Amino acid sequence: MNAKTSKRLNMKERYRIMTRDLGWEPSYQRYEDIFPQESFEGIKIVDWDQWEDPFRLTMDNYWKFQAEKERKLYAIFDAVSQNNGQMKISDPRYLNAVKLFITAVTPLEYNAYKGYARVGRQFGGVGARIACQMQSIDELRHTQTQIHAMSHYNKYFGGMHDFPHMFDRVWYLSVPKSFFEDASTAGPFEFLTAISFSFEYVLTNLLFLPFMSGAAYNGDMNTVTFGFSAQSDEARHMTLGLEIIKFILEQHEDNVPIVQQWLDKWLWRGYRLLSIVGMMMDYMLPNKVMSWAEAWTLYYEEAGGALFKELERYGIRPPKYADQTVIGKDHVSHQAWFIFYQYGHATAFNTWIPTAKEMDWLSEKYPDTFDRLYRPRFELLAEKAAKGERFYNNTLPQLCQVCQIPLAITEPDDDTLLSHRDTVHDGERYHFCSDGCRDIFHHEPEKYVQAWLPVHQILQGNCGGADMAKVIGDYYRIEMGEDNLDFEGSAEQRRWAAWKQAV
Amino acid sequence: MSRVFIALQDNENARFIVEAISEDNPGAEVKHSPAMIRVEADDRLTIRRETVEEKLGRDWDTQELQVDMISIGGNVDEDDDSFTLYWNT
Repeated sequence: MNAKTSKRLNMKERYRIMTRDLGWEPSYQRYEDIFPQESFEGIKIVDWDQWEDPFRLTMDNYWKFQAEKERKLYAIFDAVSQNNGQMKISDPRYLNAVKLFITAVTPLEYNAYKGYARVGRQFGGVGARIACQMQSIDELRHTQTQIHAMSHYNKYFGGMHDFPHMFDRVWYLSVPKSFFEDASTAGPFEFLTAISFSFEYVLTNLLFLPFMSGAAYNGDMNTVTFGFSAQSDEARHMTLGLEIIKFILEQHEDNVPIVQQWLDKWLWRGYRLLSIVGMMMDYMLPNKVMSWAEAWTLYYEEAGGALFKELERYGIRPPKYADQTVIGKDHVSHQAWFIFYQYGHATAFNTWIPTAKEMDWLSEKYPDTFDRLYRPRFELLAEKAAKGERFYNNTLPQLCQVCQIPLAITEPDDDTLLSHRDTVHDGERYHFCSDGCRDIFHHEPEKYVQAWLPVHQILQGNCGGADMAKVIGDYYRIEMGEDNLDFEGSAEQRRWAAWKQAV
Repeated sequence: MSRVFIALQDNENARFIVEAISEDNPGAEVKHSPAMIRVEADDRLTIRRETVEEKLGRDWDTQELQVDMISIGGNVDEDDDSFTLYWNT
């Protein structure tokens, strides 16, 4: 160590004093009364001092580095708006991915902010409390920077005007909403397993890396910049996720089966949720970086494989149904886009049939499935659209009671058969998309019978009436012909052409 | 054997950090994609402050890495002189 660093406290010592040293032993209140949620999930913590935070980040340095990230980020936002950044994107279809992002992902950041503020309060260990506090502040920063980044596009494009309202009501946004609310209504250790480990560590790379790289490739400077700025916090969150899992497993052997069940549940829930990201990558990015199947191989099978090998020593096996995700990687993006295409009148973004060149790319990336199953379907839909019979599905789909995705996903061992499971609980029949979602229901039926399912709610008359135009327009606040329908002939397409002509 | 990785924003700092990583970790593999640089290695990868400072030509705090880092895979061990990613397998 050179003279410069030895003048001040070293990182480990600073972390000890400014983090661990902030805790104290309670003397006039019982520990269980101060941390009432620490034990009810069955997790046994013997010694919080064993908690290791490898980043050893203290609050003073946290503010310093976060401030630097913000300065860099807002300089770019200014540059983008001062240079008509909205005109630099590759293709106006691209912006639809951004619309999906602000309505589906940004509200999750806000929920994460609330979630970490809540669970951080519940842990007896001061190291865990401080890590949760920093993450909570990070998540609020992500919410704010995403809203700022997209507010520029909101001046020029539709579909972004009412995102918090839409998040609480629109049918497909109930998928991310119910995912996060499932985690937020769990105990503090399950919340960390769900969000810090399964989502942040195992799956978040699939959202941020290929998608943000894709934003860069499509000329969207604002999104790539906030994405990478947020992701620099995620690297710290991922480390928290791995540490919390190792810590819980090392504390007591009774924790192992509880954590295993959570890993099984949250990998499956996360995989279903990311169908939307798969569709964004394969269908919504005009300039493509990698396919969803390639991203799944790289970030789940390879990176996740290394991770689960590491956890074997604790008696943890790879998540149940992980093999089904590997089969599904060749199907989910196509099936998801087909769902959105046929319900494109009830979406706050435009949908379309891939161009001939895009279909060739899909054939190349999906040699076993695209030409056999999905190309004929899209070609038929294109033919109908050309004759003025663009297909919109006017019936409401059956939804999965757990993931809330329409039952339009195929069986893992038969890609020509839709997957459908059901079970009877307390005299009522419930429907599921898969064995994975049915297992989750069986473990906690009292929780999932309360699910707010958009289709059930429409049919019960709770969403503005029996007329779909009322549901879409008044209840969802999607403006007919402005925010929704096919890209071909859309307001967005007309405006873009006019702007390009004016230049 | 498992792969560890670090992904950095493709910017002025990262160019020199990647140079330092390549020098200190001979087996490391560098992969470029739009706006992002990913460095992978078998089991272990170390970023040394001294090498980064030499490449950047200025003082560099290992925690500054947080400003340019996008993602990591592996356990983390960080102190004043180095930042290491590793798997125990």
